Amino acid sequence: MTLAQKILARKAGKSRVEPGEFLLLDVDVALANDITAPLAIQKFKEYGGEKVHDPDRIVLVPDHFVPNKDIESAMQVKLLREFAEEQGIKHFYEVGRMGIEHVLLPEEGLVKSGDLVVGADSHTCTYGALGAFATGVGSTDIAGVYLTGRVWLRVPESIKVQLVGSFKDFVTAKDVILKLISILGVDGANYRALEFFGPALREISMDGRFTISNMAIEAGGKAGLFPVDEVTMAYEKERNIEVETLSVDEDTVYWKEVHLDLSQLEPQVAYPFLPSNTKDVTEAEREGIKVDQVVIGSCTNGRIEDLRLAAQVLKGRKVAPHVRCIVIPGSQNVVKRALKEGLVDIFLESECVFSTPTCGPCLGGHMGVLAEGEVAVSTTNRNFVGRMGHPKSKVFLASPAVAAASAVRGYIADPRRL
Amino acid sequence: MKVEGEKMKIRGKVFVFGNNVNTDEIIPARYLNTADPTELARYCMEDARPGFGRGTDIKGSIIVAGENFGCGSSREHAPVAIKAAGISCVMARSFARIFFRNAINIGLPIVELTEADTFEEGDIAEVDLETGKVRNITKSTEYNAKPYPAFLRKIVEAGGWLEYCVKSLQSLS
Repeated sequence: MTLAQKILARKAGKSRVEPGEFLLLDVDVALANDITAPLAIQKFKEYGGEKVHDPDRIVLVPDHFVPNKDIESAMQVKLLREFAEEQGIKHFYEVGRMGIEHVLLPEEGLVKSGDLVVGADSHTCTYGALGAFATGVGSTDIAGVYLTGRVWLRVPESIKVQLVGSFKDFVTAKDVILKLISILGVDGANYRALEFFGPALREISMDGRFTISNMAIEAGGKAGLFPVDEVTMAYEKERNIEVETLSVDEDTVYWKEVHLDLSQLEPQVAYPFLPSNTKDVTEAEREGIKVDQVVIGSCTNGRIEDLRLAAQVLKGRKVAPHVRCIVIPGSQNVVKRALKEGLVDIFLESECVFSTPTCGPCLGGHMGVLAEGEVAVSTTNRNFVGRMGHPKSKVFLASPAVAAASAVRGYIADPRRL
Repeated sequence: MKVEGEKMKIRGKVFVFGNNVNTDEIIPARYLNTADPTELARYCMEDARPGFGRGTDIKGSIIVAGENFGCGSSREHAPVAIKAAGISCVMARSFARIFFRNAINIGLPIVELTEADTFEEGDIAEVDLETGKVRNITKSTEYNAKPYPAFLRKIVEAGGWLEYCVKSLQSLS
């Protein structure tokens, strides 16, 4: 069985499940945020909900428009806060104690290997990095979990991604996933799980794995799963979580297989308006694309290793005069570590702004919305029309290294040639 | 709109969209500071076709699109906006997974049709949700949509996922 089949079979209490089979499963964690929870709460009440099925399995993270950007957003978060209080939900994370949901949950040990996690946020697939079956669903699904504790799922076919070779300097996990999306296309993994294997996994840290799993959805993927190995176990151990290894049998048959040699991989840049429109940074640099804004952060690249890499590039350099460079740590814990390690000083000396954790500009919410015709290089996950603001603005997706180098140069730039 | 006397039959004017229409185009995040369907409906398809949701001729009409309709964010506000705008059905060559389940869950009729790209703006389409027969009345052509798996039919027949949940909870107690 594939990783997806193994986790789902265990959840279903069966010895085997097959792709295409529909299951009704008990959920370990049901996540929603300040955009999607209000709709779930509204539906829960509309369908007669009084007490949620299990408050301890519910996580509410206001992160998209916080600190509240306007009165309407403040009202939405108020609704979450009151619901958490009324239902005895202890996993509600307030500004000052929060983080971007997909950075926060693993950090806090709220999701773990082998769990079934559903989230009313498409990037819920992030937790596949831990060997959890985690997938994005809608608000109605979450309301269903509030009412019954359960969700319906179709067992997906899986695509095996075999990673070999070693990273060259300034090539990162972000480049792996961008390259993979360009190979598969934005719907190449629609309804399917991506599963990552190969000798190169040893080189990919948990932060890197979160980045890769996070963007499985950008190829349409239902999940982005890693086996549970020493890297996962070390991460879980820091959180006092004991887990069993999870791997597949040698003869497992996959729907499709993709090989990627990291030693052949260059830093990637995804051009508007699809994450699959990638080019090597060397090519992008030659095109002389002028940049107005750089965003470093998000559920994709807002972890400590991402900030370290950006700081490494920015140290002793200044952001180009015509560029706004916005650094957004993924959680309060990342803020503290960045401060302790002196990264914040580097960002400020380089004339970046250093924000509180928020999804903010990634989805054109606040904290860096683009004007008509503006261009951003961003470490976020989507570059659709109007994603970061005006429908006539443009977003280029890249790693923290490429983003930082582009901030310095003022044009899309290769960090290896600064 | 529903064809009179036939519960599962829908007929309406077609509006054509392309491939990979994402949920940021269907309902941009700048309108997501509310979950009110009437408000969301006003901005339905705003960044794919500005002003669409405020058009006077969209009630009862059918959205037809290419591959991967509804990709991107999981925001249920996307199918909610479409439904509240009075669109009676979305027909596409394929749907992104989360949009697909959201539409099934909230009872927005969706049809997967390989020949969706044969429809042109303004054509009149007729969809029989029971049999999966799709007709282009304007062009006098007829196609068969991909049928729902048996499990999903039960949700669709109940009227949505929560209707199904409430029913099964009641039958338990």
